[in-house]
Amino acid sequence: MADYKFLLAGNPNVGKSTLFNNLTGMKQHVGNWPGKTVERKAGSFTFEGQEVELVDLPGNYSLTPYSVEEIVSRDAIVLEDNDAVINIIDAENIQRNLYLTLQIMETGANTVLCVNLLNFAEDAGFKIDIKKLEKTLGIPVIVVDAREGDGIDELIKRTIQTTKDKSDRKVELTYGTDLDSEIEEVTKLCSNVKVGTAPQEWVATKLLEDDEEVVSIAEESSDKNNLNKIIDIRKKAEDKFDDSVDDVLIDARYDYIEQVMKECVKRPSDNKTTLTDKIDKVLVNRFIGFPIFLIIMFLVFELTFVIGAPYQDIIGLLFEKLGAYLLSVFGEGLISSFLVNGVIGGVGSVLTFVPIIFILFFLLSLIEDCGYLARAAFVIDRVMHTFMGISGKSFIPLILGFGCNVAGVMATRTLANESDRITTILALPFISCSARVPIYALFAGVFFESNQAVVTFGLYILGMIISIIVAKVTKSTIFKEESAPFIMELPPYRIPTLKASVMHMWERGSMFIKKAGTIILGVCIIVWVLSNLPPGVAEASSESVLGMIGSVFAPLFVPLGFGFWQAAVAILTGLLAKETVVSTFGTLFGVGEDGLGSVLPVLFTPLSALSYMAFCLVSGPCAAHFGTVKQETNSWKWTAISFCLCLVLAYVVSLIIYQGGLLLGYG
Amino acid sequence: MVKTVNDLMPGESGIVKKHRVKGSLGKHLREMGLINGTRIKLERKAPLGYPVEIRIQGFSLALRKEEAQLIELE
Repeated sequence: MADYKFLLAGNPNVGKSTLFNNLTGMKQHVGNWPGKTVERKAGSFTFEGQEVELVDLPGNYSLTPYSVEEIVSRDAIVLEDNDAVINIIDAENIQRNLYLTLQIMETGANTVLCVNLLNFAEDAGFKIDIKKLEKTLGIPVIVVDAREGDGIDELIKRTIQTTKDKSDRKVELTYGTDLDSEIEEVTKLCSNVKVGTAPQEWVATKLLEDDEEVVSIAEESSDKNNLNKIIDIRKKAEDKFDDSVDDVLIDARYDYIEQVMKECVKRPSDNKTTLTDKIDKVLVNRFIGFPIFLIIMFLVFELTFVIGAPYQDIIGLLFEKLGAYLLSVFGEGLISSFLVNGVIGGVGSVLTFVPIIFILFFLLSLIEDCGYLARAAFVIDRVMHTFMGISGKSFIPLILGFGCNVAGVMATRTLANESDRITTILALPFISCSARVPIYALFAGVFFESNQAVVTFGLYILGMIISIIVAKVTKSTIFKEESAPFIMELPPYRIPTLKASVMHMWERGSMFIKKAGTIILGVCIIVWVLSNLPPGVAEASSESVLGMIGSVFAPLFVPLGFGFWQAAVAILTGLLAKETVVSTFGTLFGVGEDGLGSVLPVLFTPLSALSYMAFCLVSGPCAAHFGTVKQETNSWKWTAISFCLCLVLAYVVSLIIYQGGLLLGYG
Repeated sequence: MVKTVNDLMPGESGIVKKHRVKGSLGKHLREMGLINGTRIKLERKAPLGYPVEIRIQGFSLALRKEEAQLIELE
C-alpha cells in the first residue's frame, strides 16, 4: 500500500504526461478506468522513503461532464480516496488553465498548483508573481520544469506537507456573485445529499446547475422531495439573470480569474509574433500548406519503409534460419511441421512487421509531440468533413490503418466525439493494411503480370472508396442526430523529446507484439491442428478437418468465382489473420509459396483472382482487429456490426466484380 | 447584419458580444474562455478556407464555419 495517493490533473498540452513520466519513470501501469474506454495511467515512486502512488487523469479543460473524460476526472477527484490533486498548468495559458484549477478547488480537494513552462511564458513577455498567486488562491504554487525535472522534488515535498496540515485545507471559494444566496438556500435543502468528499456548497452548486450525475444521486437521497424546490430556485435565478445558472457561474469564474490575473500576472502586449506564429505562416500557408501536408505524410511513410525494410528482411531471415535449424534437429515429422509450418509460418511472418510498425509509431509520435499533428487535422478537416462526414482528427487513425488497422483502431482514442470514433472504427477495416500486401503480390503477380501495379493500386483505391462510403452512410443514418462540431486547440510548437516519443512508440507498438504472441499464435496452432486431424491424414488435404470445413463453405463462393475448398479454407484462415492467406495456400497445395504460380491458374481465372483479392481486402484484416474494436468501443454490438459489415460488403463487392465481369465478357 | 467571427479577415480581431453555439459545445467554448467581452482574433484560415484558427485568452483554437458564424462581435 502506498503512503500517499496523488492525482495529476491539467489541460491538454501543458506537459502533464511529461511530468507524469518524469515522476514515475517506467514504473507505470496502463489500463482502463473501470467500465470506461478511457485509458487510466497510474504509477508509483518513492520520495524520501515514502511510497507515492500517482494517477494521471485525462487532459481536461474543465470538470463539467461533457464526455467520459471529464466524468472520469471528476469522479476520481470527488469520489476516489486521494491525498492531493496536483494541477499542472501552462504558464503561457494561465488564464484558461486557472479555470480548471478553480473547478478542482471547488470540489474541496487538497489542490496544489504546479506551474510549468514558465520560461516560455517569460520569453513571451509574461511576468507571474508566484508568491502573490499562492496568497491569492490560498493553495501552494510550485514552479517546475517538467521536461528537465527542475522543481519536482520541491513539488512533491510541498504536496506531502499539505496532506499533513489538514486544517489549512478548506479554501473558501466564493466569486461574490449574486448567486451566493441561492447556493446557500439550496445547501440547506440538500444536507443529506452526499457526493464523496465534496463540500455541501459544491453539491448545492451542481444541483443548481442541474448536473445530471449529482441530481441522480439526490433522487436517491432522503432530500429527494426538495428537488422541486431547487428547480424553482433555479428558475427564479435564471429569470433574474436572464441567463442559465451554469453560464452565470462560468462568467463568475472568469471574472475571478481576471482579478487574480490583475493582481499576480503582467501580460505581454498582444502584438508580439511568436515562433509558433512564424512556423504556422509557412506550414499552414494558404498556398503551400496543403502540399506541405502531403509531403510530410509521404515522408513519414517513405521513411518508415526505407528504414524498416532492411530490419524486416533481417527478422525474416532469422526465422528462416530458425526453421531450418528446427527441421535439422527434429527431422521431418509432426513436431517440426508444427513448429515450422504452424508457429513460425504464421507468427514469424507477422513479427517481421514489428520494425515497420515501431518506426511508424515513432515518427507519428514525433509529429504529434512537436505540435504538427493538430495542424495536419486543421489542414485536412474540410476534405474529411465533406467526403466522410468526420473531422480532420480522424485522418491519423485512417492513415495509420494503411500500416495496420489495429493500430488505427487504437488511435481513435484521441477522438473526443463518440460518433466520430465509431464511424472511424467502422470505416477502418476497408483501408488496405500491410497484411493484405502479400495477397496482392501473389495474385496480381500471377494473373496481371503486366498490370500488377495498376491492379494493386486499384485495390487500395477500392478500399478507400468503400471506407468513404461507409463513413458517409454511417454519419448520415445512425448518427444523423448528432452534430459533430470541430473544436481543437492548436498548441504551440515544441521540440519533442526523444524519451517521450520512444515511450509513445513503445506504448502503441508493444500491443502489436502481444497480438502476434496471442491471437495470431492461437490461430496458427488451430489451423495446423485442424489440418492434421483426423490422425494420420495427409497434412491439409481435402480429407483433413480443415479440408472438410472448406468443402462445407465452398458452395457459398461459387457465385463469386472461387467455389473450391482450398479458396474457402484460405478465406476462413484469412478471417483470423490476412497474413495467413498466402501461407495457407502454400500449405494446402504442398508446393510452398514459390510453387503457387504454376498451381493457381488451374483454379483461378484472372477475373476470379480479382474477385478473390477484393474479398480478402473487404472482409477485414484479422481477428485481433475485431478484438481491438471490442476493447475500444466497449460494445459487442459495434463489434458485431463492424464484422458483419465486412462480410456482407466483401460478398457484395466480389459478386459485382465477378458477375459484372462475366456480363462484360471477361470470363 | 450582425458581425460575426466569420466576417473577420485573417489578422483582424474583435470583441465577443455573445456566442450562440448551442448545447454542450457552446458551454465548452464558454468554459475555454469564449466569454462575453473577451477579445478574439482570427489568426488565419486553413488552406482550403475552413476551418479557421482563432485566438482567445492567449491560445489558438480551430473552428468550422458553422461555429464561427455563431460568434457575434460588438
